[in-house]
Amino acid sequence: MSSQDSTNDKTDVVELQNAVALINRFPALSGVDLRFEAGEICHLCGPNGAGKTTLLRLLAGLLPLHSGSATVFGYDTSSRFDRRHLRRVAGLLAHESFLYDELSVEENLQFWAKAHRGDYRTGRNILKSVGIGSRLASVPVRGLSAGQKRKVSLAIFVCRRPRLWLLDEPHASLDEKGRDFVDKLLLRAVEFGSTVVFASHNHERSSAIATKTISLVGGQVHEEAEQETAIKEVKDVS
Amino acid sequence: MFRDAWLIAKKDIRIELSSKVIFAQVLPFSLLFVVLAGMVVTTDFVTKGAESRNVLEQVAPAVFWIIATFAAIMALGRSQAVESSNGNLDALRMAGLDPAGIFLGKAAAVFIQLLALELIVGFAAFTLYGVPLASVGLLAATVLATTLAVASSGMVYAAVAAGTTTRETFVPLLILPVLLPVLLAATRATESALFGVSGGWNWSAALFLFSLLYVGIGMLTFDVLMEES
Repeated sequence: MSSQDSTNDKTDVVELQNAVALINRFPALSGVDLRFEAGEICHLCGPNGAGKTTLLRLLAGLLPLHSGSATVFGYDTSSRFDRRHLRRVAGLLAHESFLYDELSVEENLQFWAKAHRGDYRTGRNILKSVGIGSRLASVPVRGLSAGQKRKVSLAIFVCRRPRLWLLDEPHASLDEKGRDFVDKLLLRAVEFGSTVVFASHNHERSSAIATKTISLVGGQVHEEAEQETAIKEVKDVS
Repeated sequence: MFRDAWLIAKKDIRIELSSKVIFAQVLPFSLLFVVLAGMVVTTDFVTKGAESRNVLEQVAPAVFWIIATFAAIMALGRSQAVESSNGNLDALRMAGLDPAGIFLGKAAAVFIQLLALELIVGFAAFTLYGVPLASVGLLAATVLATTLAVASSGMVYAAVAAGTTTRETFVPLLILPVLLPVLLAATRATESALFGVSGGWNWSAALFLFSLLYVGIGMLTFDVLMEES
């Protein structure tokens, strides 16, 4: 199915079979079997070093598959050519900020919106919503707090409108209001047809929005649980 | 590709204008080197009277290009460092920008910064050392070709070193041997431009060919280099 755009296939957004991915020759993922359907919100949990970040990087097309099979939207993650195409439809909010410290908030947003061919206005609106208004727009990113940087990264992430949302600890460094905002964004993304996969140690908050929870231990799937009614419950609360 | 190159070059120039690493740190270092070299060479030959000045004139092109090479290594390291920090290299990969465009943009930004730096340092060095100028055209062509050669080849090897944990020390180790023929050709061509010695245009043409070769290599290989880093 290499290089074929199968974004309309609702049942197979992500499909991993005995997937192995290496980090410096170490099998950070060692035989993972997974399947994510379109419109799901998947919560990845597990102890440090369980392989959550590695899995997200594999799904983002940043890490090559070593063995087994792993397709995302039909793109084969073992193919360099396919990974390049995959990166255009998947978005990653990583541990790192993906920001240039020397540039201002506004300059970062302008650059990344153009680089991603994203919607600058969406990014601007998100920044306003999370309290990064015009007062902070001209401040160099190096002068922001960790939480403020996270909000700028989030705004840039959303402005590219990915089909697959991959988020590594999206609630990290954020205040309570910011965390609520992230949860609403994830629910809205699913409403608009995207699929969400996120890693988090915040079980209470994560289980409230996730439709599926996958526990990883030692680079393998330890447990997989479906939560059918989670989205509806949170919508009612919010 | 050219849209992506323009975007990256503009961003890198903006980062330099904001951080002023090249012009607040590398430029003073280079000017200090010019003064130190002038003092050391002059002192060595002070007993020979007027001849010491001739020796300084003679070594001026070599001194200038050695200083420019050190400045280039710092500029290339800086160019790579802004992408290495905060996972920006991954972000560029996720953006789906054309790798050839990224290479051209980053090389162009280094080229512009080095060119500006060389104009200031060159003017200071050749004025301080009191060297004549036989051909402005040849000097301009030599500076342009050499800077393009240094920026393009340097960017390729900086990308090779980007994936290593010791890239700060690895970049000079990789680049200096590659730049040896560039330094030789640039020094010969500059001697011709300053003192009117024949053969300068041939050296300059060789430098242009070298730079074109590395622009081609960079555009073809940057995709793989970014994936491996």
